[in-house]
Amino acid sequence: MSQEKNSTRATKVSSLVLLMIFITLALALTALFLAVVVFSNDILVEGWLVLIGIAGIGLSAYVVLQMRRHATHPSVEVPPIMTTIECKKCGYKNVREFQRGDYTFKEAGPCPKCNEKMIISAIYREVKEKDKEKERSRV
Amino acid sequence: MSWLISALNSQVIRNQFGSDPISIILNLLFYVIFIAFIFYGQRIQLYVMLREVESSLYKLKYMKEEGRKVAIETIKQIGKPQTDPTARVDRFLDFFTLAPQSLDPAGVVWKLEHILDIRDARLKDEVRIMAPVADENQTFNLESTLEVAMALNYIYKVIRHFYLLGKKTLSLYVIMQIQMVLPLIMKEAEAYASGLKAFAEGQPIGDGAGALVAARLMHGYETTKIPKDCVVATVPIEGRTAYVLKAEGPGGNVGKPGDAIEYVINENEGKIATIIMIDAAGKLEGEEVGEVADGVGAIIGGPGVDQFKIEESVLKYHIPINAIALKQDIGDTIAPMRKEIFDAVDKALERIKQIILERTKEGDKVIIAGIGNTIGIGQ
Repeated sequence: MSQEKNSTRATKVSSLVLLMIFITLALALTALFLAVVVFSNDILVEGWLVLIGIAGIGLSAYVVLQMRRHATHPSVEVPPIMTTIECKKCGYKNVREFQRGDYTFKEAGPCPKCNEKMIISAIYREVKEKDKEKERSRV
Repeated sequence: MSWLISALNSQVIRNQFGSDPISIILNLLFYVIFIAFIFYGQRIQLYVMLREVESSLYKLKYMKEEGRKVAIETIKQIGKPQTDPTARVDRFLDFFTLAPQSLDPAGVVWKLEHILDIRDARLKDEVRIMAPVADENQTFNLESTLEVAMALNYIYKVIRHFYLLGKKTLSLYVIMQIQMVLPLIMKEAEAYASGLKAFAEGQPIGDGAGALVAARLMHGYETTKIPKDCVVATVPIEGRTAYVLKAEGPGGNVGKPGDAIEYVINENEGKIATIIMIDAAGKLEGEEVGEVADGVGAIIGGPGVDQFKIEESVLKYHIPINAIALKQDIGDTIAPMRKEIFDAVDKALERIKQIILERTKEGDKVIIAGIGNTIGIGQ
């Protein structure tokens, strides 16, 4: 099955949704038209029809927005990776962004304080507190 | 419009649906929806499910394309190939491995090991052809990157298969079986996608937690290469001699800890007081990332060959075997290592010392095996 064919099949469902949106929108507009033109002397009926019309338009707009959200390109989040360089003699620490070629226990130049050889002591990613909360709230 | 008003005012409609026009409209709407759901309820449900699968399929397609792109770019950057590796990578993405026949299960482990060895050798050869100037560690990393791209490609194809099959047959049950497991599949795919960059760049991943514990113990001591793709260091701990082993880093490599443990046991003629294995383990929902738990048994993932070999070796000499698990989410296992997992290494080291003090005597020999992918972790 070619990818082109696959995408054509995928649009079929979208057309169905579009048709449903169109019908809802048409009904909502009819309700508003009836409210203004036909039932303008009956406040109760007019009010109900206006309510139905607004609800219909709102629903259509919501579904369209949802479809737009699905249509936007997904992305893979790449969190920042930190490298900690440490001097085992004097305890000096330097945290910087990861660079290709870094690995844990790699020698990383002399210490600016005591001139002793430093090593990469840690490479990790930090998860934001907000994401941690989200993880916990799933429980 | 007059026909509509006269229709709404007709006696039949008034008797059936009430005199109020709003009641008539709402009643009619209710009947239409009710009848539509009676006849088309299942089909509507099917379309809703298809839409959900389609949306996930779209994301999976993006991830698959991203995997392919990262693999090709990394090969070009690191391997400096003479020709464009795109066609070879595309062919490689559909590479498959057949499991051995297990109708007669005797000896199936050795058959499986043989197949896995052939696969490993084939993948490495392919990578060496595609990236001729890559060194040993880079070859391991490129192999891992391609494996992630292969996994994403496979997940996409399977989901697409069920999606198209569901559309073709309009069978609720075909589409339902994939829709029900989709959240778990998406979680796994997202983990692979976030791990892609880690493998391409050589960053430590969550699965390397066990290897990191072993690396922390053996750092500063002389290491020796042992079969297969593993290293061992002799480290004095609390008056005992510990043979600390892990896969050789910092390339993306899991080694063969089964062979390595068997080698150390045989070298010491079985005189090993205890074995302690440390590995990353999947946490249950509600458990914290980086929790440390201990137990007994050979803690090692993969197809089971190494676990089988370790169990055979310890059974031969009746050696007690302890396991330490560093808990993490399935998504963290192949993603870059989280700080919580890194911090849990200290807790695991404390647990190792506690086991050694409680379960062995001074002068005893112990094996400490850090299991997992050692990408981005030296020794």
